[in-house]
This record gives sequence, structure tokens and C-alpha cells, in this order.
Amino acid sequence: MGYGSFRGGVHPFRGKDITKEKAISEYLPQGDLVYPLSQHIGAPARAVVAAGDEVLAGQIIGEADGLVSANVISSVSGRVRTIERRMLATGVISDSVIVENDREYRPAPGIGKSRDPEGLTKEEIRTAVKNAGIVGLGGAGFPTHVKLAPGDDGAIDYVIVNAAECEPYLTGDYRLMLEEPEEILAGLQVLLRLFEKAKGVIAIEADKPEAIKKIKAVIEEKSLSQSAEVCTLKTKYPQGAERNLIFTITGRRLNSQKLPKDAGCIVCNTATVHGVGQAVLKGLPLMNRIITVTGDGIANPGNFRVKVGTNYGELIEAAGGFTAQPEKVIAGGPMMGMALTVPDVPVTKTSSALLVFRKDPVAHVKPGSCIRCGRCVKACPCRLLPLKMWQACKHYNLDLFQRLYGMECYECGSCTFVCPARLSLTQSFKQARMMVSDQRKRAKTTVSDRKKQQSSRQRQKDSQAHTAVTGIFSGCGGAGRDMAESE
Amino acid sequence: MRELWNVSSSPHVRAWDGTRNLMLDVALALMPAAAFGVYRFGLYALCILVTAVGFALLTEYTYEACVGKESTLWDGSALVTGLLLGMNLPPKTPLWIPMLGSIFAILIVKQLFGGIGQNVVNPAMAARCFLLISFAEQMNAYSEMDGISGATPLEMLKNGGAVDLPAMFTGFTTGSIGEISALALLAGGIYLLIKRVIDWVIPVVYLGSFSLFMLLFGGRGADLTYLAAQLCGGGLMIGAWFMATDYATSPVTEKGRFLYAVFLGMLTGIFRLWGASAGGVSYALVTANLLVPLIEKITIPKAFGWEGQKDG
Repeated sequence: MGYGSFRGGVHPFRGKDITKEKAISEYLPQGDLVYPLSQHIGAPARAVVAAGDEVLAGQIIGEADGLVSANVISSVSGRVRTIERRMLATGVISDSVIVENDREYRPAPGIGKSRDPEGLTKEEIRTAVKNAGIVGLGGAGFPTHVKLAPGDDGAIDYVIVNAAECEPYLTGDYRLMLEEPEEILAGLQVLLRLFEKAKGVIAIEADKPEAIKKIKAVIEEKSLSQSAEVCTLKTKYPQGAERNLIFTITGRRLNSQKLPKDAGCIVCNTATVHGVGQAVLKGLPLMNRIITVTGDGIANPGNFRVKVGTNYGELIEAAGGFTAQPEKVIAGGPMMGMALTVPDVPVTKTSSALLVFRKDPVAHVKPGSCIRCGRCVKACPCRLLPLKMWQACKHYNLDLFQRLYGMECYECGSCTFVCPARLSLTQSFKQARMMVSDQRKRAKTTVSDRKKQQSSRQRQKDSQAHTAVTGIFSGCGGAGRDMAESE
Repeated sequence: MRELWNVSSSPHVRAWDGTRNLMLDVALALMPAAAFGVYRFGLYALCILVTAVGFALLTEYTYEACVGKESTLWDGSALVTGLLLGMNLPPKTPLWIPMLGSIFAILIVKQLFGGIGQNVVNPAMAARCFLLISFAEQMNAYSEMDGISGATPLEMLKNGGAVDLPAMFTGFTTGSIGEISALALLAGGIYLLIKRVIDWVIPVVYLGSFSLFMLLFGGRGADLTYLAAQLCGGGLMIGAWFMATDYATSPVTEKGRFLYAVFLGMLTGIFRLWGASAGGVSYALVTANLLVPLIEKITIPKAFGWEGQKDG
């Protein structure tokens, strides 16, 4: 196996030594827990509890609302204090269920009941995953039960466990592989039951030899080598990016408009696979997240098993607090994480790390002029021309931006990392991509709106409502050119 | 009261090397060839180099101060331009030549086009072409040494004379200050390759396509001595390793770099074989520089996953 690696990528300082030897320790929350109803891709969940209700650990408090959506689960027992809007680490403001923790962790009925995998039908497995509220825990947060229903199960020939963990400083997946390899492989076996023709591949970067050894040993021990194997990846960022990973393992190329299933692949993060195993085999919904709290600004860096909904501020305390006044605190890794303004945001299903820098490595960086060195071109894992895209952004030329395949960018930050002129390339691409998505959405609405108009004309019904509809959409034109200059 | 935390868009880390490191690496890589030139031609050659660098920096500073632009004096690009220009001047040229050349390079070719990264042609090369055309006599002030006449090896080669190949390789010959030692230039080029300041495509393809062109059209058939002399002679080595790889004036696309280097090789061959003067690298470079925007336009790569597909 192995088609070599994708082209591009960068080698930032790994920073994993700080926490890679730190075993996962359980952290129990002290304060209220906050469960945003929108912590996944797709429609927000619908709250099924109200202020004052008693909730139990593992109880569904937000129900998946729509085809692409996910359940939200209470990770503690207690009382619903209120439902209000709260800010997440990403800056998104979402309706959230606030639960007062009674610290008894009384499980909801049926939680923790073991199941025999042999007797389960595919439908039961998918339902169990859906009920457990599992989403892509690598960061994207795509509802896993949707991913696991690609339509034609026989067309899937690879189930890939994405254990690359290429983002610097993060060691949560690594520790999980060292400490609970059996559970990860059990989860993989569950996934393989859904896709008879598929082969399981656990993809690990070469800088984690202990994890590779451990997983291989368990495969050997449980004689799973027929269905599962380890693929060692070249250590570089962004090795764990889905489309690049699929190429590295299968040699198949996907663009941003395709899904992994189009290449016969199902790709799930380590923690997701672990979660699937827990949900299906042990009846445990997604209540915990492993968070790496690290950086030079934290007293006792470590890996913590944290209840979803815990306040980030508590994690800082759990890791011994700051060593000195930090300049920057990041939710996630240094390449794609979000800088926090306040610690008062909840751990969500997709949280992975809290990184504290005493000195902000980019605060004093002064952007210069592009010298056309082409380093961004070499670094881009999507084979784009970041310097040209940047020019397009500077001139608000969104057409040119799209012609340069700007929408293929997944904002990994490699170009910005290598840029010797210190330009804020990724930042301007984020803005441009948002504006283009906006435009496209608006164009779609207008088209569907026109169709509505035609059909309503044909039917000659309710002409007043029709005017109302067009009235709403005619107000949407023109906005959106106010992208802030990014330098 | 907690102080505020910094907020910025990801990524939150940057590679350490910036524009200045790259430029200083180029300057460092030029040092062996420059030092050899000074050793060969004496202290007057050093005066030429210092004058060229000094006036390049002075022009950069003065212009930016006059128009109120932020100073880019310390990013090292003017230093490299001045050094390259000086190294491409004959060792006996009067000092007003490097002065005028540096002012032309920085002011006209670089700053008036928008400064670093914006120039259409390589400033040092454009200045050399300007000087060659305007001051032919001063630009041919090659020194007579060791009983060798003032003609450069390339001129002798063009006139059907014999040349001392080992001397041309090591640099014990005559020519511009920095171009005589192929060995020292090669060492600098390899340093840049190792430091990943440049990639191999442009120099290797340039030298390769030039060799092929000379084998086909040189009229000497597979005469390897002639070919080696052509490779070591004139500005080809310094051009291939240090000027053709100039960031601002070479394509950023992969295919574009290849195409550009092939063009360069062919143009250099054409100018050397059928041009009025023996050398042709400067004219080839300036001509190819002008083609770069076009080359880039037609070589925009398909994004990952779009290979062989229609655009979406």
C-alpha cells in the first residue's frame, strides 16, 4: 500500500512532545454545562427539553432536525437552567441548552447497555450511531450517520480511520491509540459490518511509531489482519486532510465538489471511530471529548477526557492555570484553530485542543510585498496559486478567484505559513470563499424563486402571496461587496 | 483584571525565514564568484562592486524617502541587484558605469514599476543591457592578463579560436568580474539549491535546452569541448543560477518554469550564434522576462482533483 504522498504541505514545529507522554486523565466539570444546538454541519438540533426539566447523563436534549443534523446529548445529570444564545469557540452564536450539573452522573435508561455486534443489522447500527449524536470529531462535525449511509454500501472499498493528527501540538488521538486501541479497532469492525466489500485502513503519520506498533500488535493479537491494516503516512501537514489522505492511500483524486464515497471511501477520525464503537457496542452516546491542553503558557499541560459542554475556563484551571499572562489562547491547533477572546466558551463535540502561547508568534509579523517566490504554490496541497488568488482578493475580483480554483482551498494555512513576505493569504481566502458561497446561495435562491413565480403564475393562485415572496428576495441584491481589506 | 488576548486569523505560526533571509542567502551564494573576481582582477574590481551596491542602496533609499514609501532598504533586494549588476560589469570599466547602472536598475526598472516583486524584467539585467547598448566601449573594457588578449573566451570561440577549457571552468580567464569562474558560480548555485532558495527546474532546464540547441545548431556537431566552453563562458552560469531564477521575473507555475527555461536556452543560443556580440544571456533574459506574464497565463495548473476534468 501507499502511493507516496500528495504534493505540497509544510513542516511546522510539531510541539507534540509537550503532551505526548501525558496519559488521558478524567476531568469532571464544576460549573454549568453548555450544549450548543448547532455544533455540527447541517441544521441545528431542536431542543426537546425546557428550562426546569430534569435531565440524565446520556439523555437526548436536542433532536436532529432534518436530513443532515445530529442529536445533542447531555453529558451530565441535573436540571436545565435555561435555553439561551451563547458564543462558541468559532465565534458562532448558537442557541444552547444550559444544564446545571448535580454531579451525580445518573445515566438515562438504556445507557451503557452492551450489545453483541453479531446480531446487529445495518439499520440498527446506523440508528445507534444517529441516536448517539456522533459527528466527525476531527473538526468538521459532519453527522456520522449521514456519512455512513452513502446509498450503495457495496461501492465502498475502503474504510479509512484518519489517525494522522497532522495539526501541531495535538496528541489526543495519539493517546487514544496508545491507551484504547482495542476500542478503536472494535469501532472499525462495526463500520466494516456496514460495508462488506471494504477494507479497514488505519492511517497514522510516521512520527508516531509507538501508536503504529500498538495498533499493529492489537490487529495481530485479535487476528484482524484480514480486514484491517495500518498505513504509515509521511509526516507533514496537512496529511490528515480528507481528500489528500484518500489520495495518499488509494491514489484516487477528489475535488471539493465530490464526497469520499465517490471514491469508494468512508473516512472517519480516530475519535469518531472510537465513538462509533462505544455507541454501538456499549450503548454509550457521545458525551466525552479528549482535549489536549498545551502550550508554553500552561502550567501542567496534558490530555483530558472532558464532558462535552464543559467551560474552557475550567480546563485552564484543570491544567494548573497560566504560567504567565498569555498573549494568545487558541481553541484547536496553531494551523487551523481559532483564537479565543474569552475563555468562557463550551467544549463542543468537535473541540480538540486548547493551546496557550505566552508570546503570540504572529503578533509582530509585518506583511511586506509579494516577491513571487512561489513557496505558497509549492506548499499548497490543492495545487493552487495562492499568490494569484491573493491578487484576485485584493482587487475584489471574485470571478478571477473562482477561475483560479479558489473554492478548492480548504484553508489549511500552509501558504501563509511559508510566505516569506508574511502576507495574510489564508485570511483573505476565507473571506473571499465566504463571499462566493454567499453569492452562490443567493443565486440559487433567486433561481428557485423564479421557478416559484412561474408555477404560481400558471396556477393563477394567491397572487398576493407571490408578490410578498418576490418582495423579500428583491432586497437581497447588491450586498456583499464590503469585504474588509485583509492586510 | 485580565489583559486582552490577541486575536488573529489562522494560522498562528509562521515559518521563520522571511524575504530578507532569502535575499541574504542569494548574496551569500554570490560571494565565492565575487571574491574570485576581486582576486583575479584586483582591488579596482572591488571598487566597482562596492560602487554598484552602494548606489543601488542609495537609489532605493532616496526614492522611497522622496515618495514617502516604507523603506525596503533592509530587505536585501537592492543589495542583490547591485551586486549582480557589479558582477556583470567588465573589470576595467570607469566607476560612473556602475553608478549609472545601479540608478537605472533600481529607479527605472524596479521602483517605477512598483518596487520589489513588481518589476517586469530583472533590474540588473535590464541595466546591463542599457549600458551595453549605450556605452559599448566602456562595457568592453576587459583586461589583458597573462599575455591573453583582451578578448573574452566567448569572443575567441565565436571567431573560431581555441580556448583553454580548464581555465574557463576555474575562472583563470577574462570576462566580467563575477562571471569568469564557472566553479564558484556552480558552488553558489548548489548552495541555493540546498537551502531551497531556488529549485532545480530553471537552471537545469535552461542549461539543458541551451546545450541541446548548440548541439543541433552550433555547427560543431557533437563537439563536447566546444559545448563545455559555451556552457562555462560568458554570463551563462551566473545567468542560469542567479538571474533566471530571480523570483519576480520568473514564472511561479511549475509548467511555466519549464517553458520559461526552455525559451531561455533557445534565445541564448540564437543570440550567441547569430547575434552581433558573443554573449547573449542578458538579451535572452530580458526577452524571456517579458514573456513571463503570458507564460503564467497559459500554465495555470488544474487544482487537485480537477485533473483531466472540465472546470467547475
